[in-house]
This record gives sequence, C-alpha cells and structure tokens, in this order.
Amino acid sequence: MKSKFLGVTCGILLAGMAACNGDSKSAAPSTPPPGALRVDESKAGNIAGRVVFEGAAPANAAVKLAADPTCMQANAGGLTFETFAVKDGGLDNVFVYVKDGLGNYYFDTPTESVKIDQQGCRYVPHVVGARVGQPIEFSNSDETLHNIHALANVNREFNFGQSIKGQRDKKVFTAREVMVPLKCDVHGWMQAYAGILDHPYFAVTSDGGKFQLKNLPAGTYTVEAWHEKLPAQTQTVTVGEKDTKDVSFTFKMQ
Amino acid sequence: MTWLHRYAKLVVASTVLLIAAGGMVTSTGSGLSVPDWPNTYGQFMFSFPLDKMVGGILYEHGHRMIASTVGFLTIILAVWTWRVDPRPWMRKLGFAALAAVILQGLLGGLTVLFLLPPAISIGHAALAQLFFCSTIAIALFTSPGWRAASSATTSMPDDRRLRIRALTTTCLVYLQILIGATMRHNQAGLAIPDFPLAFGSIVPPLWNPGIAIHFAHRLGAVAVLIAVSLTLARVWTAHPGMAALRRPALLLVSLVVVQGTLGAFVVWSGLQPVINTAHVANGALVLGTSLVLTLRSRRSLFADVPAHATSSASAARSYDRTAVNGVRP
Repeated sequence: MKSKFLGVTCGILLAGMAACNGDSKSAAPSTPPPGALRVDESKAGNIAGRVVFEGAAPANAAVKLAADPTCMQANAGGLTFETFAVKDGGLDNVFVYVKDGLGNYYFDTPTESVKIDQQGCRYVPHVVGARVGQPIEFSNSDETLHNIHALANVNREFNFGQSIKGQRDKKVFTAREVMVPLKCDVHGWMQAYAGILDHPYFAVTSDGGKFQLKNLPAGTYTVEAWHEKLPAQTQTVTVGEKDTKDVSFTFKMQ
Repeated sequence: MTWLHRYAKLVVASTVLLIAAGGMVTSTGSGLSVPDWPNTYGQFMFSFPLDKMVGGILYEHGHRMIASTVGFLTIILAVWTWRVDPRPWMRKLGFAALAAVILQGLLGGLTVLFLLPPAISIGHAALAQLFFCSTIAIALFTSPGWRAASSATTSMPDDRRLRIRALTTTCLVYLQILIGATMRHNQAGLAIPDFPLAFGSIVPPLWNPGIAIHFAHRLGAVAVLIAVSLTLARVWTAHPGMAALRRPALLLVSLVVVQGTLGAFVVWSGLQPVINTAHVANGALVLGTSLVLTLRSRRSLFADVPAHATSSASAARSYDRTAVNGVRP
C-alpha cells in the first residue's frame, strides 16, 4: 500500500516536472479544434516583397570586446552591433509576419527545431521566427561561457547557462509573442530576437530586405514589419486565390 | 577587546567593498550572468576557474566570492564577540549580524533563481544596508572610546533635540536608500532624463510609476539634505567642542554633498556603471556615518559598560581624541 502511494506520488511529481519543463523533445500535432479550417495549398497565394531603408543607414556602433579575451580572439577585426543591416538599400533582420486576418485556420506545429547558435560571441541568426510549441535549439560554438536569458512577457521568462563548447539545449515557447528578446548577461552586447507565432506566415528579411510569405489562403490580412529599433509598420493586404501580392515597407530614421 | 574592535572595522571595510561589488552587478546588468545558485555554471562556487570569470561573470561571481568572505568574517566576528564581550546585548548583536548576512546570501540566491524580481532584489539591497549598520554598530560598541565613556562619566551630552534630529536623519537616509533601490531595480534610473530639472520643469509634466519613483528619490535627497543640515547645526551650536560629534557631522555633510554630485552625474552619464556604483557605495557611507552620530548622541541611554573598562574622565577625553570620523569610532 505504502509503495503504491509512493509510486502514485512520484508519478504525479514527475508529470508535474515534465509539464513545467520547457525542454520538450517533440511537439506532436494536436487535434484541430472543431470547425477549424486547413489551408488548401492548391488555391493558396503568396505575399512577396522587400523592406527598404530610405536615406543613409546609421553606422552600427562597435562592440567593446575587452571583457572576454575569447570574444576578442574570435573577432580580431572587430565586431559591430547588427542593428542596421542594410544591403543594396534593403533592410535585413526585419521580422515580417501576418498579424491579423487568418481567422479559423489551423496549422500543425513543426517538430523540427529552430536553431540559434552562439558563434563568435554573437547570436546567429540575430532575428528568428518560430512557432508556438516548436522547439528552439540553442547551441554554443564558442570556447567561452554564455547564458541565454529570454526576456519574455507573455511566455515564461527563462535563463540558463551553456558553459561548454558544443552544448545544446532546447526550449519551447507556449504562447504567441512578437518579439521575445534574448540576451547574454555575460556579454552584454549579445542580443537576439525571436518572433513566436501560432501560424507559419512569417519571414526575416535577408539578401537586401527581401521576404516571402507563402501558401496564404485567400483573404485580407494585416501584415506587420518589425525592426528592433524603428517603429513597426503595418499594411493591409488582400490576397486572392493563387495570387502573389508584391508588398514593400519603407523604414527611415525618425 | 582592542583586537576585536580592529577586526570589526575590517568587517565594516569588507562590507563596503561587498556593497560596491553588488552595485557593479546591478550597474552592469550582470545579475543573471551566472544563471545558477549556489553553484556557478554547475561548479562548486570556490572551484570555479578564475579564467572563466569573464564579462558579467566577473561581477556576479566576484560579488558572490566577496559575499562568502564577508560571511566567514561575520561568523568569526559573532563567535569572537560572544566569547570576549560581557555585554549580553552585544553578544546578541553579533549573532543578529550573522543571521542578517546568512539571510542576505539566501535573498541573493533567490533573486537569481527567480530572475531578479524587483521585490526580492529590493529586499536584498535593503538588508545589505541593515547588515552594514550592524557591523558599524559592533565596531562602534567595541571601540575604546565607547567603552571608556560609561554612562556615569560620559562626556557625551544628553541632548534630546540632537537625539531626535540624528535619528530622523538616519531613518530618512535609510528610506532614501530604499527608494533608490526601488528605482534601480525597476529600471527607472533614467525615467527622468535631465537634471536638475525634470523634463525641463521643476515638477515632471507627465507621470508614470518610473517617473514617480525617480522623482521621489530626488525629493528624498532634498529631505536628507535638510535633515543633515539641521543635525549639523545642532552639533555646531550646542556641542562645538565635542569632536566625537562634530567630526561625524562634518563627514556626513561632506558625504551628502558628494552623494548629490554623484547622483547628478549618474543621470548626466546615462547610468555609467562606475559612477552608479560609487553612488550606491557612498550612499552606504552616508547611512553608516549618520548611524554613528545617532548612536553617539544616544550614548547616555545605553547600559553601563563592563567593570574592566576604564571609566574615568581621562578615558572620556581619550574618547574625544580617538573619535575621528563616522566609520572609525
């Protein structure tokens, strides 16, 4: 009787610990809610476009690396902040996503991890998107210690250390939040941003500010472009069946 | 007892260093650079390699190491006091200081594990000052001057007005430190970005919790300055020849002026970490000096010193000679 009681107690405790732990290894698709719609990809449209930076881009400040010799060694030529990544007039590292208008569509949660690496005392990538429930794998490619501190507001804030090169840890965000700042308190300059959404319609601009949101069902959407320093911009975009809409955002210094 | 007094002063000095180290942790935003506690990145704290103390870890782990040292020093202080000091309340004070430093360590650990919730961090800052006060009190009570000046022969005046002013000043300084800690741990240090005006006005034209706590800290500074000035005025007019009162009073005014200047530079420099930390550490010195003045003004209210203490007029005069400033009674 006593052992049975202990077994039940341990089971409850273990279940509770598993529920509290954000490191779930997989995110199996759950059952769609009643009335939820699936996207018919044969009829879906796209939004493609570019985020443009108007005027001369401000120079990114140099990072003071003296606090850690390993970081200095990894960046012999110096390191700058990644705030304004402008190429050919296009602004990279902008998170473009469908903010509103999807209605009752339902999407399976990917089980493949989104990867964020600490490489040369910086986060790679600097801006990333992930789905609610999708694992995010943090890795440390540096010979020094890092801590990963997620300054979430909606999700649960967390902070853990990676002291060994090659160390990998997975975390899961359980609610939609744009954006979750990630920082290393050891190296104060290290910052990244994760956009957590409950749908797959997001992209981070690259290669001169380009982005694409694929396989959207026909409808009218609010699309937002988020940048870490500049105020976010929104546009209303209507996409028809098998339609591709060209959308551009223009950022400039205030 | 002389060596105990010297040792107590060592603990006071170590505690100032500890408070400064804690200030650097907050000022550099390094509070979570070591995510675990009591271990450091999974390693036993005292075996953590020195070459891994980089970036924020230098401040956070360094703070933990200094705190552990102060903890050990306090254990010795409490046991030593218990063994050699015949005054029952002093023995209790030694162990109260030890209890405070242990609780302080626990609060420090908890604030890391709970990701720096303001309530715990403010509690950590508040208790740090109380612990500092306890070490100062022990150093003062074990000083030759204090022990020589028995209540029957004390050269200390029984001045009710001074007692009230000095105690009010100490309470105001402590309250001001609490307001400062609340501002600091709610990231409101630049909620009002200009100084001496507030958004170009004497009173802020807009309000939110950050601006309110920041402005309260500025008003608190004015209140402290008035209280300190009134205390100094009382010492200067009623006890001009009493070095044991005059010197800490002068030191107190000087420290308050330095504190106000540092506060201005904290804003002008945009929370530069070294200036910010100097403001925190100097704030502790203001409190400690005010406490010394308060206790000395209340010397006659304390129970008699033990029999083996020299109780003579010459000892009382000696007290005046040895009393040099607020933290070196």
